[in-house]
Amino acid sequence: MVAGIRTRDLRKVYNSAPPVAAGTGGFSFGAPKAKGKQPRPEIVALDGISLDILPGEIFCLLGPNGAGKSTTVGVLTTRVRPTGGQAFIGEYDVWQNQVAVKRLIGVVAQRPNLDFSLTAREILTFHGAYFGLSSQERAKRAEALLERFKLTDRADQMVRGFSGGMMQRLSIARAMMHDPQVLFLDEPSAGLDPQTRLLLWEIVREYNQSGKTILLTTHNMEEADALCKRLAIIDHGRVIALGTPQELKSAVPGGYLLRLRFGLHSPDFLIRLQALAGVREVRANDSNGADVYADRGGSLVAEVAALASGAGVELCDVHISEPSLENLFLHHTGRSLRE
Amino acid sequence: MNWKAFLAMLARDAHVARRNFVALLFQTFLQPLMFVFIFGRVMVGSGYMPPSYKSLLLPGIMAICMVGTGIWAVAMPLIAEFQFTREIEDRLLAPMEISWLAIEKVVAGTLQALAAGLMVIPAAWLLLRPGVDLHVPHPLLFALVAILVALFSATGGLALGCSMQQTHIGLMFSLIVAPMIFFGCTYYPWSALEKFPVLQKAVLVNPLVYASEGLRATMIPQFPHLPLLAVVVGLVFFNALLLVTGLRNFHGKSVT
Repeated sequence: MVAGIRTRDLRKVYNSAPPVAAGTGGFSFGAPKAKGKQPRPEIVALDGISLDILPGEIFCLLGPNGAGKSTTVGVLTTRVRPTGGQAFIGEYDVWQNQVAVKRLIGVVAQRPNLDFSLTAREILTFHGAYFGLSSQERAKRAEALLERFKLTDRADQMVRGFSGGMMQRLSIARAMMHDPQVLFLDEPSAGLDPQTRLLLWEIVREYNQSGKTILLTTHNMEEADALCKRLAIIDHGRVIALGTPQELKSAVPGGYLLRLRFGLHSPDFLIRLQALAGVREVRANDSNGADVYADRGGSLVAEVAALASGAGVELCDVHISEPSLENLFLHHTGRSLRE
Repeated sequence: MNWKAFLAMLARDAHVARRNFVALLFQTFLQPLMFVFIFGRVMVGSGYMPPSYKSLLLPGIMAICMVGTGIWAVAMPLIAEFQFTREIEDRLLAPMEISWLAIEKVVAGTLQALAAGLMVIPAAWLLLRPGVDLHVPHPLLFALVAILVALFSATGGLALGCSMQQTHIGLMFSLIVAPMIFFGCTYYPWSALEKFPVLQKAVLVNPLVYASEGLRATMIPQFPHLPLLAVVVGLVFFNALLLVTGLRNFHGKSVT
């Protein structure tokens, strides 16, 4: 059975503890106690996420840090209790059928969470034992995964001394050990060198080709573009765009983005920019900056410079972006993914 | 209930304990056995303590070893594994209800505490002999009390391990474990507190009192001790309380 992923209006609100400086803790003599509890600040991590991820699909959640990607993965993997809405893996409601869901999923957390009391091989074999694999099967799969992830020479060493990249590779191998139907990869390539990243991509594609569903989160557009069949861009706990990388890139007006900085510009000047051939949209960031969405890039710069010079506006900086998911994110939020 | 996963986790804990066996041995036995040597051998031999102190001391030392082992075996890994590295997540994601993982930790801690208790008897006996007057008239009652004491150490470890931060480990030992041992009738019998009536009543909130007195009642019944019924009721009550608290805190730590 190949399982997909479905969420309906998923919400998660964290109630963080009041800060220590609020004066509610510790001893106090003589000072009257304030009546009632201080209101706890609420942090909305997910604000109604609805997704349909098809069985056998590589789906990507793309967004900046704090957008709600890891919380979505947390809810889908039974580790975060949703405040509202529903989440399903295959036919199982994640919160109602946790054990059945855990049988179907493999999870690679954002930070390596390996069992430091064990060797690399033991981490894999004990993980297999938790999932009921026979000892022969465990040994066979562990050997194959250690080989695939290029960890054979360190297989019988404690993982405490492993580099970050080795730990990440072992985390992914562990998640694949029980051959899950759905694989979650939370920022899998963070901290990996380019060579290991390519190995990871190759392994992810290969795993997907065996019919498995993969949900990965990233803030790396290149990764999303290279791996995903479809992706959702999320920000502040909401889905702001959803589709194939190609569809999403072509949704940016014109495709190209010119980020311009001036000494000082005026509304009148921006209207004249808008009138240049090929310009689809002009957005002022502040009194110095403007984002110009257009269907051409470099060839527009000379015309912008001439226009600025004619209007007495000093052009300080020009940055040209080719059609990309970054441009789409910027178009929707006014912020860069890296900010 | 997924027994395969449960037993695999127990096997994992046994494997880790085996790997750390020598360190565990020193950590568990060195201090109590030095205490046995100085107070039971040196001070009794030089006449500062009565000869009967040898017999009184042994059950108390056994209680200390068991409780120390159980708390250490359960609380310390939990404190570490729930911290930044979140090492416990591979087991939280195993196909088993997460409460059973907490119960597995309690079973592993109980077994380790029982092993420590059984190992310290011959070691302390060798250090103290001659003059130790051990009687175990009812081995089954002794086994029941020993199991309840071991369970107390493990449930205590669960409750502490799920309510402490890594930065508070030192505080845990100086604020909770050390007072529990000193006021736990380990180095003296409960009846020795007769001249301190307020303290004698107050220490009854300390579960270790029931552990040491229970072991005294079943190992050296010829000396004064708390009634066995009070011991069993006390230990069952504290075990249940600590297990419920521990499980609730474990859930709180496991799911955000």
